[in-house]
Amino acid sequence: MMDVLDWDGTLSAKDFRIGAFAFAQKWESRNLAFPPWSWLPCPKHPWLAPPEEEGYLSLEKICISRPYEEEDIAQISQIDTGEEETCCSGNEDVLDDATLVQSNHHELHYCDFHIVYSSTFRVPVLYFRAYCSDGRPLPLDEIEKELPACSSKELSKKKWTFITQEEHPYLKRPWYKLHPCGTAEWMKLLFLSDNANPKCEVVLELYLLSWFSVVGQVFGLRISFKISD
Amino acid sequence: MGRGNSSSNPSPRIPSHHSSSSSSCSGQPLSFAFLFLFLFFYICFANSKPFQILAPRIGYLPLLAPLIKPYFSSTLPPGVDTIWFDYNGLPLKWYIPTGVLFDLLCPEPERPWNITVHFRGYPGSVLIPCEGEDSVKWSFINSLKEAAYIMNGNCKNVMNMSQSDQLELWHSVMNGNLEAYQRVSSKLKLATVDDEYASLCLQKSQQSVIETDFPAQAKTGRVPVRLYVLSVSKDFDDLDEIPRVDSWEKISYINRPVEIRKEDKCFTLHDALKILLPELFLDESLMNVKLGGVDLEDAVRNSNEDVTSDKVVEDQGQNACKRPEACHIYSSAKIKLIRIQGIEPKLEIPFSWVANNLLNPDYFLHVCVCVKVAQ
Repeated sequence: MMDVLDWDGTLSAKDFRIGAFAFAQKWESRNLAFPPWSWLPCPKHPWLAPPEEEGYLSLEKICISRPYEEEDIAQISQIDTGEEETCCSGNEDVLDDATLVQSNHHELHYCDFHIVYSSTFRVPVLYFRAYCSDGRPLPLDEIEKELPACSSKELSKKKWTFITQEEHPYLKRPWYKLHPCGTAEWMKLLFLSDNANPKCEVVLELYLLSWFSVVGQVFGLRISFKISD
Repeated sequence: MGRGNSSSNPSPRIPSHHSSSSSSCSGQPLSFAFLFLFLFFYICFANSKPFQILAPRIGYLPLLAPLIKPYFSSTLPPGVDTIWFDYNGLPLKWYIPTGVLFDLLCPEPERPWNITVHFRGYPGSVLIPCEGEDSVKWSFINSLKEAAYIMNGNCKNVMNMSQSDQLELWHSVMNGNLEAYQRVSSKLKLATVDDEYASLCLQKSQQSVIETDFPAQAKTGRVPVRLYVLSVSKDFDDLDEIPRVDSWEKISYINRPVEIRKEDKCFTLHDALKILLPELFLDESLMNVKLGGVDLEDAVRNSNEDVTSDKVVEDQGQNACKRPEACHIYSSAKIKLIRIQGIEPKLEIPFSWVANNLLNPDYFLHVCVCVKVAQ
C-alpha cells in the first residue's frame, strides 16, 4: 500500500484494470437505477503491442435529457431500449413544426460513456458521445443544453481545454473527451482530503470510484453515497 | 525510383559541446529544418483546372483553405462550406500532419501529390469536425501537451504558457518560421534525450567531454511516439505495386511512449520498433536464441517447468518455429518500409538521434510503417 504523500495521483495500466473491475462491481451492486458498466476488450491491432490494461469500461444509452423546466439538478433517468421508442412516438403526432416554442415536447437525448485508460497521462479518461432517439449525433452545443449549469459555464469558459472532440482511441471515430491533463493532480488532492482514510493510503479499488464521483458530475451523474461506503 | 523527397540520408548532427557561445538554441532538436520541407500538391475540384500549391510537411491540410478557396470560389454554389480533402476516395484526417499523410498513403511518392478538395458533404462519421484554424491550433496544442506530459511527467509548461507565447508558437508552426519556433519552444523546457550517437562519436575521437558544457536541460528517457501501421496483404517488390489505401481500417495507429533503455549497447531505432511491434520480431528473438548459443529445446523444457502459462504458450510457439516451414508463418508478416519525415532511416540508427532530430513541432515522433501481412 502506497502513502498518498509519495504518490503522484496516477495509475498503472494494470491497476486501471483492477480499479475498473472494482468500480463496475460496486456500481452494479448499489446503483440499481442504472444499467451496469461492461468491460470491453480493446480491439486487437495486428502487430501492435497490445495495451496492458486490455480493455475499457462502457455504459451506453443513458438518457441525459432533463425533464422540462427542471432547473439546476439534472435528473437522469434510464430508459430501456424498448421503452424509448414509445415515449417519443407518442409525442410525434401532436408536434407542430411550425410553432417556434415546442412547449410540451422535449426530445430525449442519450449518451454513451466509455472509460479508457490513457497510457500518456496514466489516468482514466472519460469519452462520450450523445445522440437523439433516432440515432442522429448531437453536436456539442446541443449536449451543453443538457448539462448542469456549472458544466455549461465551464464549457463556455474553456472551449478547447475542457471538452473537445477527438478520435476514440480504439473505435477511431469522433467522440468527445474530458481533458485528462489535470486528473492526476486533483486525484491526489481528493485522496489527501479524504477524512475516512486517516492512514493516507492509496486504495486502488477506490480510485475509479473517486474519479467518477468528480467527472460524473459534469453530466449530473451522481454517485449515491451508498456505493462509496 | 526516386523515393524520398528529402531523402539525402541525414547525417547525424554532432552537437558541439565545446562551443563557448551559450546559444539559447543549444540542445534544440534539428528537426525543425523540416519546417522548410514542402510537398508539392495538385488540388483538384470538380472539373476545374487543378490548383498547384506547396505545403509544409509539418502543417495541416485545413490551413490551406484560405489559399485554395478563392481559386475555386467561382465554381462553388452559394451556401456554407466545410472543407475536407480526399486521396483516391479516402477522406484525409486533418489532425494528422500533412507530411505524415503523404508518407503513410503514398509509399511510392507521387509528385505532385494529387488530392481532391471538397466543400460540402463533410464525412462527419469518419473525420472530426474542423472549425477552421482554431480547431487545428488546439489539436496541435493538445498533442504538444500530451508529448510534454510524456517527456516531463507534467504539462505545466505548456498549460502555463502566456497567451502571446502560445500565439507566437502557433504562428511559427503555421508559417514555418524556424527561428521563432525555436525561440518560443525553448521556453517550454521540454527535455531532450541524451544523444547516444554524439557521445559515441566523442568517445571515438577521444575527445574529453566537459560535463559543464552540456545544455542544462533535463534529460528524459521517454520519447512520445505516434506509430502508424499500414497493412498490405499483397506481396510486392516495388513500392508502386502497393494497392491504394481505400479505408482507414487498413491503418492502425497508436500513441505510445518509448522508454530509451540505458544498456551497454546503444538503444537503436530497431530496439524501439521491437517494443512497439513485438510480433514482427518473433523470428528474430528465435534467431537471437540460436545465435546466443542457447539450445532451444533446453530453453523450452526449462520454461515448461515454470508454471506461468503465458510463457509456455509463447515458447511452444517458438518451438514450432524450429521447422523451417512453420517458421514461415511468422516471417510472412514483414516490415517492408519505415518512413519518418519522408526519409527511410536505417534500423541501426541510435533512437536518441531519431528522437532528437526527426520529431514534429508537437514533439511527437510520427513513424509510418508498411507491413506485408500473411495471406
